Amino acid sequence: MNNYETVFILTPVLSDTQMKEAVEKFKKLLTDEGATIVNEENWGLRKLAYPIEKKSTGFYTLLEYQAEPNVINKLELNFRRDERVIRFLTIKQDKFSLAYAEKRRSRKSQKQDAPRFTSKREVEVVKSEAAVEEVTSKVESEVKED
Amino acid sequence: MAKQSEIRYLTPLSVDVKKKKYCRFKKSGIRYIDYKDPDFLKKFLNEQGKILPRRITGTSLKFQRRIAQAVKRSRHLALLPYVTDLMK
Repeated sequence: MNNYETVFILTPVLSDTQMKEAVEKFKKLLTDEGATIVNEENWGLRKLAYPIEKKSTGFYTLLEYQAEPNVINKLELNFRRDERVIRFLTIKQDKFSLAYAEKRRSRKSQKQDAPRFTSKREVEVVKSEAAVEEVTSKVESEVKED
Repeated sequence: MAKQSEIRYLTPLSVDVKKKKYCRFKKSGIRYIDYKDPDFLKKFLNEQGKILPRRITGTSLKFQRRIAQAVKRSRHLALLPYVTDLMK
């Protein structure tokens, strides 16, 4: 058993459910071949640095798993056959990258308390909206008193 | 005080005050360079997205090879461009 990680890009034309379905398909393929999935990361729709197949965005997914080497061939064959996959990369994790991946996972699990993609700005917007609501409710109550 | 400064002036310090380059990976103990982190890899690229030579970044040979590997993987996944203008 070796540790591997695979990143693959799915076409942006898929809907959210179709995208998840495709990811599930590859996960199932792995588990059917006797691999154990260690980590799954969905990076969502990202802009590509250059167009691939005339598309400028794609759904990125990262899978980390333990598997026998012959599983990789089957997986990559399926990637090539599947039209929804526009790019993929599989890497065997050595001891350094394995340590790094573990660190990355622990960092991510810590971050789950505070969602990764809500920027400060969004938080401010939410706060300001709440403030506006407060003010309006106050005004309303004052009007009622009058 | 004046004397001291005079003495210093008469025996000029060696002009060799070039800042010594060092390998940042060896210094900070980074063992693995991640291809999934394009923002970090951008430090080792020029404006056109080319990999900077060792003589400029000061990276050791071992880690220069790993940077090159990571940048190439990153390019394959369209996290970094192969060619571009004004990347930064």
